[in-house]
Amino acid sequence: MATPSEVVLEVRDLVKHFPLTQGILYKRQIGAIKAVDGISFDLHRGETLGIVGESGCGKSTLAKLLMALERPTSGKVLVQGKDIAAARGSELKHMRRNIQMVMQDPYTSLNPRMTVGDIVGEPFEIHSEVVPKGDRRKRVQELLEVVGLNPDHINRYPHQFSGGQRQRIGIARGLALQPEIIICDEPVSALDVSIQAQVMNLLDGLQKEFNLAYIFIAHDLSVVRHISDRVGVMYLGKMVELGKDTEIYDQPSHPYTQALLSAVPVPDPEGREQRERIILQGDPPSPANPPSGCRFRTRCWKAQDICAEQEPLLEIRANAGDHPSACHFAESEDVVHVN
Amino acid sequence: MIEVLPESAGSGTGSGALLEVENLHVEFHTRTGVAKAVNGVTYSVDAGETLAVLGESGSGKSVTAQTIMGILDIPPGKIAGGAIRFRGVDLLKLPEDERRKIRGEGIAMIFQDALSALNPVFPVGWQIAEMFRIHRGMSRADAKKKAIELMDRVRIPAAKDRVNDFPHQFSGGMRQRIMIAMSIALDPEVLIADEPTTALDVTVQAQIMELLAELQRDSNMGLILITHDLGVVADVADKIAVMYGGRIVENAPVHELYRNPTHPYTKGLLESIPRVDLKGQELYAIKGMPPNLLQMPTGCAFHPRCPYKQEKCVSEVPPLHTISGTRSSACHFWREVLDGDAQ
Repeated sequence: MATPSEVVLEVRDLVKHFPLTQGILYKRQIGAIKAVDGISFDLHRGETLGIVGESGCGKSTLAKLLMALERPTSGKVLVQGKDIAAARGSELKHMRRNIQMVMQDPYTSLNPRMTVGDIVGEPFEIHSEVVPKGDRRKRVQELLEVVGLNPDHINRYPHQFSGGQRQRIGIARGLALQPEIIICDEPVSALDVSIQAQVMNLLDGLQKEFNLAYIFIAHDLSVVRHISDRVGVMYLGKMVELGKDTEIYDQPSHPYTQALLSAVPVPDPEGREQRERIILQGDPPSPANPPSGCRFRTRCWKAQDICAEQEPLLEIRANAGDHPSACHFAESEDVVHVN
Repeated sequence: MIEVLPESAGSGTGSGALLEVENLHVEFHTRTGVAKAVNGVTYSVDAGETLAVLGESGSGKSVTAQTIMGILDIPPGKIAGGAIRFRGVDLLKLPEDERRKIRGEGIAMIFQDALSALNPVFPVGWQIAEMFRIHRGMSRADAKKKAIELMDRVRIPAAKDRVNDFPHQFSGGMRQRIMIAMSIALDPEVLIADEPTTALDVTVQAQIMELLAELQRDSNMGLILITHDLGVVADVADKIAVMYGGRIVENAPVHELYRNPTHPYTKGLLESIPRVDLKGQELYAIKGMPPNLLQMPTGCAFHPRCPYKQEKCVSEVPPLHTISGTRSSACHFWREVLDGDAQ
């Protein structure tokens, strides 16, 4: 569980705007998609931070920024005190050893022309100082064993494995360089229900074994709850609520979190007629032209004039528990267990 | 509303439900062998009732639905046996032009991925109106008016202005609404929804499920909901058919299935749902993986993954044992499964 241990990752006011351009020869910028717009959080050693939100809210862009696959427009991503967003060349390469990623789709994220041994061993080619050449094959086999695959299958190709096994290959590749942080972007959503639990257990076990810190991005709220120590809720590029798993799930204070939680179908038919749902109207607005003030106000039932004028900051508020919430009218309410 | 089909052509078969699938077998002939995708499936749905068909990929749930609609690709598909009775008439014996009348008017279908199910080069209004032009012989103008009405009914804002928009101009949720508008255009009696919300966000999923429930209430449709989401099923289903490896392994009313599953697969699925009170503990996981349709295990298809497995399971295919009037389980040891739950 979350012990107030050393911070391994600090994110400060992270912003990523993708330019929208017009014209072919003379490109002019006519606007920007504000995919991530001012996000800050800390990640501690051995902790899991879940990130939830609808598609288009900037979850995956956030993952790419943390991996330094995209350069932020502004803001900092500090890994052990050093800014990965500003690092270049060999420094960046060195820092990336510490932060690895598990992708969503195990069918497209593995090269079909490479054997499993080559896929899992590729990080050693890039970071050749980690394991001496002669030991690499043995190390790959150890990794396969750690993720529950048969080490004798090292010469097989990805198509010879099922979806769940391929996800295990992806996890083994993520573990190869012994990182402290692993970013899991929807790691189980492409898998069958009966396989999801297996992969979740694997991730959980690996975290305990290697004291890994996870950023766990998913849209399935029950999966996120199971694995996370803390949860951040994103809406249109902003973090609207951040807190311990119990705080977010039992005392959500932001209307969007409440709506999101109450929209999740409960896998239990008992008392379903009495359940009340907050059903949001419409779709999220475009991140190219987000509403003024609070971005959720166009779909919010609590919205008043102040919401259009003043942007609510992510801070601790009265009536809203001990965790920060970005709503002028934040109020804790248990939306899941109400009968 | 216009009623087209004769009130029950009743050849007096089965239980007399609105739509009955009986002992359906569908095979796919491939270069590497014969895949028995549907292997003796039986289920039925009545007016106003919601049947949820629950299963993982490859369990045969979508192939069954495609066979009901008559949109299965033949070849490679082949219907190897069984019957699909709609109002007592076996659809599999009807000539294609008769089936075509039933498709859309009697039974309609919603697909998972609305973007690929809609034609990208025609406006959505035109696509909805097509139903009226072809099935009802309406003029273009009248059909378009009807299309706008339908878009209003599925709550697409500013339907009048958007009727000439193309599918790519709509969001995922709105596209799914257009699919629903198309499917309910001719007031079908049975609606098959194949993973209607899988590609959508939870907030949009809630909107779409509410819309479907409302439409069902209004017109007393029978709904076959095909899904793998145990949450959605618990919310809307009246009864459930669980499929595994091309067979129905369990039939039960919704409350009983969640309270006392009688098949080890259903039980495993229910236990593997992350639960609040079990946080921090290891999740229960069904070991192994779903079967390969080309190399089905002998006996019960679930036996390599089953904690209740005994010798009998490897040698004998378990029949669908009747447990009570509305419940059945295809497990030799359903009593043990049921008792195990009580402990």
